[in-house]
Amino acid sequence: MTARSVIVIGGGTNGLACAHRLATAGRRVTVLEAAPAMGGGAAAAEFHPGHVAPALAHLVTGLDPRVSAAMALARHGLALSAPLPTTVLAADGAHRTIAAEGGGASGPDAAAWAALHRRLAAHARALAPFRLLPPPRLSRPAPGEALTLARLALGLRRTGREAFRDLLRLLLINVADVAEDELSDDLLRGALAFDATLGSRLGPRSPNSLILYLDRLAAGGTAHWPQGGMASVAQAMTRACAAAGVTLRTGARVRRITVTGDRAAGVELASGEMLAADLVVSAIGPRSTFRSLVGPAPLDAGFFRDAGHIRSRGAAAKLHLALTGMPDFRGADPRARLLVAPSVDAVETAFNPVKYGEVPDRPVMEIVLPSAHEPGHAPEGRHTLSAILQYAPHDPPDREAARARMLAGALAVLEDHAPGLGALVAHAELLMPWDIEDRFGMEGGNWHHGELAVERMLFLRPLPDCARYSTPLPGLWLAGAGSHPGGGITGTPGWNAAARIIETGA
Amino acid sequence: MNELLHFRTPLRTTPFHPRTAALNRLNRWSPWAGYTTALCYGDTAMEHSAIRNAASLYDLCPMVKYRITGPQAEAFLDRLTVRSVARLAPGAAQYTIWCDDEGRLLDDGTLFRHGPQDFLLTCQERHLPWLLDSAAGYDVAIADVTADVAALALQGPCAAWVLREAGFDVAALAPFRLADFPFDEDRITISRTGFTGDLGYELWMKPWQALPLWDLLMRAGAPRGLRPVGSEALDIARIEAGFLLTNADFVPADQAVREDRVRSPFELGLDWLIDWEKGHFTGRRALLAERDGGTSNWALVGLDVEGNISAAGSLLYLDRRHEAGHVTSACWSPTLKRSIALAQIRRPFDRIDRLWVEIYALRELQYAKLMMRVRPAPRPFFVHPRRRATPPGDW
Ligand SMILES: Cc1cc2nc3c(=O)[nH]c(=O)nc-3n(C[C@H](O)[C@H](O)[C@H](O)COP(=O)(O)OP(=O)(O)OC[C@H]3O[C@@H](n4cnc5c(N)ncnc54)[C@H](O)[C@@H]3O)c2cc1C
Repeated sequence: MTARSVIVIGGGTNGLACAHRLATAGRRVTVLEAAPAMGGGAAAAEFHPGHVAPALAHLVTGLDPRVSAAMALARHGLALSAPLPTTVLAADGAHRTIAAEGGGASGPDAAAWAALHRRLAAHARALAPFRLLPPPRLSRPAPGEALTLARLALGLRRTGREAFRDLLRLLLINVADVAEDELSDDLLRGALAFDATLGSRLGPRSPNSLILYLDRLAAGGTAHWPQGGMASVAQAMTRACAAAGVTLRTGARVRRITVTGDRAAGVELASGEMLAADLVVSAIGPRSTFRSLVGPAPLDAGFFRDAGHIRSRGAAAKLHLALTGMPDFRGADPRARLLVAPSVDAVETAFNPVKYGEVPDRPVMEIVLPSAHEPGHAPEGRHTLSAILQYAPHDPPDREAARARMLAGALAVLEDHAPGLGALVAHAELLMPWDIEDRFGMEGGNWHHGELAVERMLFLRPLPDCARYSTPLPGLWLAGAGSHPGGGITGTPGWNAAARIIETGA
Repeated sequence: MNELLHFRTPLRTTPFHPRTAALNRLNRWSPWAGYTTALCYGDTAMEHSAIRNAASLYDLCPMVKYRITGPQAEAFLDRLTVRSVARLAPGAAQYTIWCDDEGRLLDDGTLFRHGPQDFLLTCQERHLPWLLDSAAGYDVAIADVTADVAALALQGPCAAWVLREAGFDVAALAPFRLADFPFDEDRITISRTGFTGDLGYELWMKPWQALPLWDLLMRAGAPRGLRPVGSEALDIARIEAGFLLTNADFVPADQAVREDRVRSPFELGLDWLIDWEKGHFTGRRALLAERDGGTSNWALVGLDVEGNISAAGSLLYLDRRHEAGHVTSACWSPTLKRSIALAQIRRPFDRIDRLWVEIYALRELQYAKLMMRVRPAPRPFFVHPRRRATPPGDW
């Protein structure tokens, strides 16, 4: 019998993780990637002669250990830095540092921070297994699943009655309340608020914002700089896939998923080329998958409507600066993860305008200086700065004006924290959410291929009828960040999807 | 008119109201889809008799009507409904149903194909949100034209005769066919469709044509006893014909509050409508699973009821003891001289001929409890060859 063939749409880290696992299980796998290189959000781009920046993601925070091990990413060239400490920048130079592992913080609030971290990390540990598990089916769990679910639930309960109650209370709370209840140092409060809302379209006072912080901790919580930059993650994965016999095609944009009988039968490329396969796995966003690639005809009307309602408004922008020298953030270590989030209110105030399609005056941000870690990201003596800015409107009435205002605001904030930085800027590239959509195919520029929010987690992600990676259209599976457990350079959704495909014999 | 004052007229009147109001000797009205319509003009028995023995006029205006047009109207309707629309020729109509994703019935209705890209869907309940949701991705336009199209049902053995007298030659019109006819410097559409299971037609016109057409038909039909009929008489005729009525025989899935009230086409005896070969339609996968898994819980059946008391609303029992279902519509059939009923029965009791119905008969302010034997009966209860004969016979 010939091996069953699989087409994976999208060569992001999830598509690659899925492809590798399927190939290892004996499937004949082809990855189709629209861009000239694999990697998706984990790619790199030369945005100014000699200046290379991580195209989107710049730090690894939750790479799935199962993926790194099975793909032997270290052997294929991936080396992650030791966890990076975080520096919360203060305009007066009285920065706070948060230790790489999260527990220790500097400043007057060190003890309160440590206590809060201990408490939240314990909850995160109880939740972590849920991230790795394909979402259980609640109504009719299979016997094995029911057991796993029971074990995990028991795990939660075993943390003790007080801890369990605390978790239930925290699950739906907003991060601002927790920051203000438990901490008194504005900088640490700001850092907590920033990290909870990074990548979401929630402000710190939005309900349910703390669960995203727990999720971040559950995913690992530490931030790493990959040696060679983020693209090395994609490269290592690509090499692992090639070694496993996966056919990798770049410049292959899928225009349509073809359906024969009542089954996904293959794809049509933008070039008009038709490819057939026994299974089609989409590792791009679920909304684009159903609304653009499949279309309404083979789907039920209610499902198609709901797919169109997957919230996909990105709120993060990406700033790349080519600098003629090293900026001085008032003495902060340039190899740390630098945060500009001076208080809860600063984060909330940066969030407010996007609700109305407007641009904040003073965006908050996470800054990484690739060229401070190693050569290769900027010409000798020069530097490259990569920053994730929040919050950016995804579809303002005047896009160019919004981009200009966002850039001016970001540069002003940077200048305040690194006096003289403005004079070093040789070139600035600012990717707004719609640019991210155009370049990476992420709908609305959304970090998670569809907002990660309580009502769209686990068996509700991205929609109840496709939460277990299979979809209502037989032969079509999901494997990208839009599926459980969500976005980030983790490989987890792709890995889980492959597991389900193998397990169900699809 | 200020739209915000709609609460001052909770019910609208139809374009025929000036005539129907004058004729409604008992002043018996009931609300139907936001309109006031006649329940009975004077004598339900006589009105029912006109349907079966002469000719009858019924004001159909409140029937909900959607006009669906555009290059992908056919593809849209093929995905919406369970029957093949591609096989429905222009100038033809079909009875049809549509379901939600879970394969539960949303409504039934009649689909008229006026042209390759021009359809009229008529039904009992409003469905615009669902139709619009279903239209996402299709090049179609959907408009609620309920108030823009006035409609009359002309039913009964003499219906074709009345139309001919009125100047409309419908002799060539076969069942479930429609055609346009000139009238009053414009046109009307006449379809050979209806809700009585008898020879009959439905006439579709612009609202301003309503009164002239009514007057013309009433004049032309007088020699053969044409009379206006109310909803009570029509309901008896439709039960005799075995037709389902939305919100009487089933609850539309989007309206059901109770989880166990929704029904699939299999559970309503409507699965024969499903075209499994035509490609995907909403609910198909759920229905296929139900078919292959045999997971239907209910059956809709016709019943003959012992005695002459209507069994409407009664509970059914297996061996007089175990509750097995309930009657959804029932009447004493004047045509058949039998008490008949439509009922939902929990499977597999629909296959066990040991069913009884418990009727509470009101007799001078006191209920008498009757336990009557019921027997499965084929639907339609009333069948007559004149319904299909083309050209229609001269009665
Ligand atoms: C501004 C920003 C900053 C971020 N920073 C970080 C970070 O620092 N750390 C982190 O962990 N995460 C970060 N993320 C999130 C992370 O980038 C994504 O969650 C992650 O890339 C999702 O991986 P994926 O494999 O599911 O999809 P993607 O990485 O989006 O990959 C999908 C791939 O599919 C391709 N594609 C799309 N459409 C088609 C088509 N029709 N045919 C063929 N190919 C197609 C795309 O080109 C792309 O390569 C960031 C996100 C944003 C928006």
